[in-house]
Amino acid sequence: MKSKKHALETIVHGVFLILGLITVGCVLLITVYLIISGIPAIKEIGLFNFLFGKEWNSTAADPKFGILPFILTSVYGTAGAIVIGVPIGFFTAVFLAKVAPPTIKTIVSNAVGVLAGIPSVVYGLVGMIVLVPFIRKAFNIPDGSSLFAAIIVLAVMILPSIINVSITALEAVPKEYEDASLALGATPTETYFRVSVKAAKSGIAAAVVLGVGRAIGEAMAVIMVSGNASNMPSLFQSVRFLTTAVASEMSYSSGLQRQALFSIALVLFLFIMLINAALNFFLKRDKE
Amino acid sequence: MKTIKKIGAIALTAVMAVTALTGCGKKLSGTVATDGSTSMEKVIGALGEQFEKDNDGVTFTYNPTGSSSGIQAVSEGRCDIGLASRKLKDEEKANGLKETVLAYDGIAVIVNPENGVSDLKVEEIADIYTGKITNWKDVGGSDAEIVLIGREAGSGTRDGFEEITKTKDSCKYRQELTSTGDVITTVAGNPNAIGYASLASVKDNVKALKVGGVAPSESTVKDGSYVIQRPFELITKGDKALSEVAQKFFDYVTSDAAVELIANAGAVAAKG
Repeated sequence: MKSKKHALETIVHGVFLILGLITVGCVLLITVYLIISGIPAIKEIGLFNFLFGKEWNSTAADPKFGILPFILTSVYGTAGAIVIGVPIGFFTAVFLAKVAPPTIKTIVSNAVGVLAGIPSVVYGLVGMIVLVPFIRKAFNIPDGSSLFAAIIVLAVMILPSIINVSITALEAVPKEYEDASLALGATPTETYFRVSVKAAKSGIAAAVVLGVGRAIGEAMAVIMVSGNASNMPSLFQSVRFLTTAVASEMSYSSGLQRQALFSIALVLFLFIMLINAALNFFLKRDKE
Repeated sequence: MKTIKKIGAIALTAVMAVTALTGCGKKLSGTVATDGSTSMEKVIGALGEQFEKDNDGVTFTYNPTGSSSGIQAVSEGRCDIGLASRKLKDEEKANGLKETVLAYDGIAVIVNPENGVSDLKVEEIADIYTGKITNWKDVGGSDAEIVLIGREAGSGTRDGFEEITKTKDSCKYRQELTSTGDVITTVAGNPNAIGYASLASVKDNVKALKVGGVAPSESTVKDGSYVIQRPFELITKGDKALSEVAQKFFDYVTSDAAVELIANAGAVAAKG
């Protein structure tokens, strides 16, 4: 009887192990595949020329494969989205976690949930049809498809991640901290910002890093509003991100051009890995 | 739309496979697989549909992947006939591939309907796209900066346009979009934009420019007076014979019988 139960346990453990290995296997497969297919073009172009070349012209008779414009655009675009998105997300989270009456909290939380569930292509479509013409008229420039349009779209898209993770962190702050602060005569607002936010700062930092990850990896919404010309980034110029560089040329590419696209994907992958490492660092510190 | 067609094709394949299994006579049967240019969707779709109708038990498939992918597919033997909306490159010919022109496609240069300009010379179009002319007033329009809309590197339409206007690698695009539909939508939404798209796809929301006084149309593309045009090609392996059914399809689409279908799909047949 006992051995039968034991056998069942072993089988179940085995199944779980296999399922776990599938996930790990996928990650390994993608990593290895990206490295193998990304390295040849970098070798051929030269690492320095590839990363720091200012010109991308993949189908020219004398092709240029410099991805510095894409890297800088991704960095600036993400930074811009963070500058706009983080303050909004942060204050929304503090409001929802500490101040908001239950009814308002329910309504706003649901709205944030919906925002998180909207597919990125819809963000792109609204951006393309509403935001881009608006920017063109508001700033009196010939065309509204620009880094600025992409930043606005990305800022809205990262809000849900920032708000949800920050709320979780803020709500995990022990109530005793706040009670003690209030008992010492601090006002509620002082308590929220000097005590609660300080205690939750690792979690909030993780929220920001998550937002960075979401922004840098977004392709669909960005491709529809940024114009996709491989210019060096400038706020009201048409620009191309690392993600959209891969997405826009992949379908018709061949030869070295295709290999170079894999190399771009590899660079993007390293960025994401870096961000993940930062995220783990913050979460680990939070636990300690 | 493409996905729907693809799913339709897959479903049809499944149905055909089942009917094939349940037994049939000595009729022509089998599959003709084509793969390639997305610009050729309308033309090859119409031809394939008619071919299936005429030959019971034959399945036609079309995989819209792009000219380069289609050429690669046929050279790797993943399809019977590759479809390319450009001429073969020398390196591709060196692989033993053979091209047959099926039809010609006019590339329309489009502007917003509000734009006062309606006729440009090829040289003017080239100067606009290379950035020598940057304001509409220089070509008879209003005083506004020209916004250049184009396609992504590798697109057959872009390749065709740049080759014909001799602007290869020197176009100063403001936007590089990934589909014909995006180009049309963007030009329709910006009064100062100029773009290019397959003539068959142009609708009323944009204005197709005359080039050197010639309006793009089926007849002007066919007689060669409208100069911005490119070939729709069937790509086959030069050294390997097509399967019986694929050969029959090839003969059919290059025959007089196909001319009208090609015309209805917005292109101009090479034959007739």
